Amino acid sequence: MGTPTTSTHAEHGHAHDDHHHELGFWQKYIFSTDHKVIGIQYGLTGLLFLLFGFGLMMMMRWQLAYPNQPMTLLGFPIGKLLASPWIFGDQMRGGVMTPDFYNSLGAMHGTIMVFLGIVPTAFAAFGNFVVPLQIGAPDMTFPKINMASYWAFFLGGLLMLVSFFCPGGAAKSGWTSYSPLAGIADTGANFHPVFNGQTMWILGMVFLITSSLLGSVNFITTIIQLRAPGLTWMRLPFFVWAQLVTSFLLLLAFPPLEAAGVMQLMDRVAGTSFFMPTGLVVNGHLWHTSGGGSPLLWQHLFWFLAHPEVYVLILPGIGIIAEVVANNTRKPIWGYKAMVMAILVLGFLSFIVWAHHMYLTGMGATISAFFQTTTIIISIPSVILLTALMISLWGGSIRFTVPMLFATAFMPEFGIGGLTGIPLAFNAVDLYLHDTYYIIAHFHYIVAPGTIFAIFAGVYYWFPKATGRMMNETLGRIHFVGSIIFINGVFLPMFLQGMLGMHRRWYDGGMAYNEISNRVVFGMSGLEWNHVISWSAWFLGIAQIPFIFNFFWSIWHGKKASINPWDATTLEWAAPSPPPHGNFEHPPTVYRGPYEYSVPGAASDFTPQCQADAPVAHNEPTMQPLTA
Amino acid sequence: MEIPYTISARPDTGLWNAKIGIWLFLASEVMLFGGLFSGYVFLRLGAAPGFWPHGLLNVPVGTMNTAILIASSVTVVFAWASLKMRQFNRYRIYMAITILCGIIFLAVKLAYEWPQKFDHFGAYIKPAALEKYEAFLGNKHLTAEGLPPRIEITGHLHNREALTDSKIADYEIAVDPVNENPDSKENDRPHFWHKGPTEKIATVAKQDVEYASMFLPRHSSYLAVYFTITGLHGLHVLAGVLVFCYYMLPVSTALYRQNPEHLANRVEVAGLFWHFVDLVWIFVFPIFYLL
Repeated sequence: MGTPTTSTHAEHGHAHDDHHHELGFWQKYIFSTDHKVIGIQYGLTGLLFLLFGFGLMMMMRWQLAYPNQPMTLLGFPIGKLLASPWIFGDQMRGGVMTPDFYNSLGAMHGTIMVFLGIVPTAFAAFGNFVVPLQIGAPDMTFPKINMASYWAFFLGGLLMLVSFFCPGGAAKSGWTSYSPLAGIADTGANFHPVFNGQTMWILGMVFLITSSLLGSVNFITTIIQLRAPGLTWMRLPFFVWAQLVTSFLLLLAFPPLEAAGVMQLMDRVAGTSFFMPTGLVVNGHLWHTSGGGSPLLWQHLFWFLAHPEVYVLILPGIGIIAEVVANNTRKPIWGYKAMVMAILVLGFLSFIVWAHHMYLTGMGATISAFFQTTTIIISIPSVILLTALMISLWGGSIRFTVPMLFATAFMPEFGIGGLTGIPLAFNAVDLYLHDTYYIIAHFHYIVAPGTIFAIFAGVYYWFPKATGRMMNETLGRIHFVGSIIFINGVFLPMFLQGMLGMHRRWYDGGMAYNEISNRVVFGMSGLEWNHVISWSAWFLGIAQIPFIFNFFWSIWHGKKASINPWDATTLEWAAPSPPPHGNFEHPPTVYRGPYEYSVPGAASDFTPQCQADAPVAHNEPTMQPLTA
Repeated sequence: MEIPYTISARPDTGLWNAKIGIWLFLASEVMLFGGLFSGYVFLRLGAAPGFWPHGLLNVPVGTMNTAILIASSVTVVFAWASLKMRQFNRYRIYMAITILCGIIFLAVKLAYEWPQKFDHFGAYIKPAALEKYEAFLGNKHLTAEGLPPRIEITGHLHNREALTDSKIADYEIAVDPVNENPDSKENDRPHFWHKGPTEKIATVAKQDVEYASMFLPRHSSYLAVYFTITGLHGLHVLAGVLVFCYYMLPVSTALYRQNPEHLANRVEVAGLFWHFVDLVWIFVFPIFYLL
């Protein structure tokens, strides 16, 4: 086998053809089994959910900055609009959100961002689109299951959205749905037994868990079975490793939450007491169930998922960043093998740290000590990953393309998120900081300027492969500058608020807790910092407009891209842009590692993985840099 | 476009795709049932003395169901082996037996074991009133023997309307053998053979009752986790039966004519799932029926 032949022109005639028969619109774009279409479906849905979840948060920020004032948008009374019976009705009475609605927004912001925003985008979208291309496969091993995975996700998302319009509104017990609170929430005379927020949340989660199960089985099998000839494990791009480990986390960590979800469903629908303790008193009355349940059991099962879940959120991001960094520093990533080992160790350790979320439950000092130790240990592989990426910059002739801007910002921002987590690993410190804004700041630094920036980097980086066109560079830079400024404006002050002792679930932004929220730090009280944060959040929203515009404009009007516009080495850049159904015109063979940039003596500063060592016959097309 | 290694193995991994897929899926299933079993452990360890019932289930019937499920695991292997030997008629016979076993298992569960529970009643007595019902509970005898206390009176509820009608002050229960003769040493241990409620009637005042219910999931932690796990297990059995039925349809016969190895692979994958379902039952049976 020679190198894969690639047409020198992005507008190749086969771009939308699978060589055999033309598929109808529905099969081609809606119920498609093509991994690239499914990846794009996941990506678009996920990005929409990210925007929606961000919108919920922007509403909450109004209530925190201007408690109990009717909501306005640039003078326009948007709160009154939202109070219309067709939208949120009584939950926004007079344009002011009710406490219950605030709780709904908080719970659904978390759920939507984690399960419907980040996971589908960072894991499912990039994984689906990029992984088969990067390993030289024609598709996923189980294309129909892949389609089922997307539609299960879609149904789960739909149930979550519909739950806003249930009598009583969406789930309001936090994204963690702690029982017994979640067991009694949305029950009683004013609620439908099934069509209520919390029950819909559980049912939605069951669909999402099914979706990620189908997806992760597919990913792992594909990576094991469909690697191109010559693509040995240590020649895999780091992104593929990241997706492999992430898939294992989803595969093994999600089912216990499904088990817990089934039990909570039984508690709510069949009146059992899995999580309802004996002698539970609700509103002054004894809760009439058999009792004997364990609230702690829910927390254990929930965090057994949800701690690996935070690595599900970050690992694909690190994978994307590794690709972007290698490509834009024009040198191999530093310590590839160490990174692979680190990510495997990280994946394993992430299963035995979960109870560090539960120091405050009184589960006992012995258990706390164990989880404190494992949590400190897990920081080692995390630091290896970040350090390797940072050292990769050293001595590189860095091209500050838009993906690279986001990648370089990712490193310190993820670093802040990670390092502020270390104090939280210690029982004694956590008792003070638990459930304060410090926590919010800590994990948002990991997922917002961390993963979401990685998602942006990935979108800008692989956009030309998906569409055959580049995204606009200038708009990209504007998007980057706005995002980096305001995202820090949102989360940096939260560390201060948290250390003042401000609690994360205060509905009025802390007004009722003067003692704490009037404390002054860096010239402003905790309450005044709320204004800084809220305005930063709204400006952060505005800063996304260039991205949204750029995204859709570039699909049709962007600069045409060659098949390898970034001069990259990995296999996806050997396929046409956009790749046809079946991806490669000839199955590629791999001859070298993933990051052969600036190899001394090589013809150009990058040597594609599929380029043979032997001199290439002159009549065979190669992957030399192409002029656009 | 063809996906490679759907039927023949990839040389360096030695596996075809679906075989990896099913093992990964089963790993995930292990975690699912693992979560439920850990729920069982939590609830059982957290149960106050006397609140975890023993001998509630019908052991001979459970044993029979266990045997049926194990037998079906054997026949599904025979079915697969027949396909490998290209003996299609024999394959169909073994597959039919497998399906039949699955259906019998479900029928026993749904038509006999569960309804028998739904028809049973139990009332937990308030601590202050335990003395009053000593004749049914035999706690003095149990204390002397060093056994956990008995706090529930179970049996057949004669006046079912008492469950909903708040004007009725008493439950009239035809009690189980254990409450009929609570001081008998014979009743210290669960019985192997199931015995139904006796003729003896206990009149239990509602005001003395802490919590009462038919033997539904809401009755107690034990029944909650029992119905949840056996219910989910039953759904797995049903799924397996449906897949096996698909392998008996003409569409699978056509697949066999076209590529017998493909059907053999499918049966192997479904068979692995079936063994897993069987294995789960091997855990369910002792922890609910015997321990």
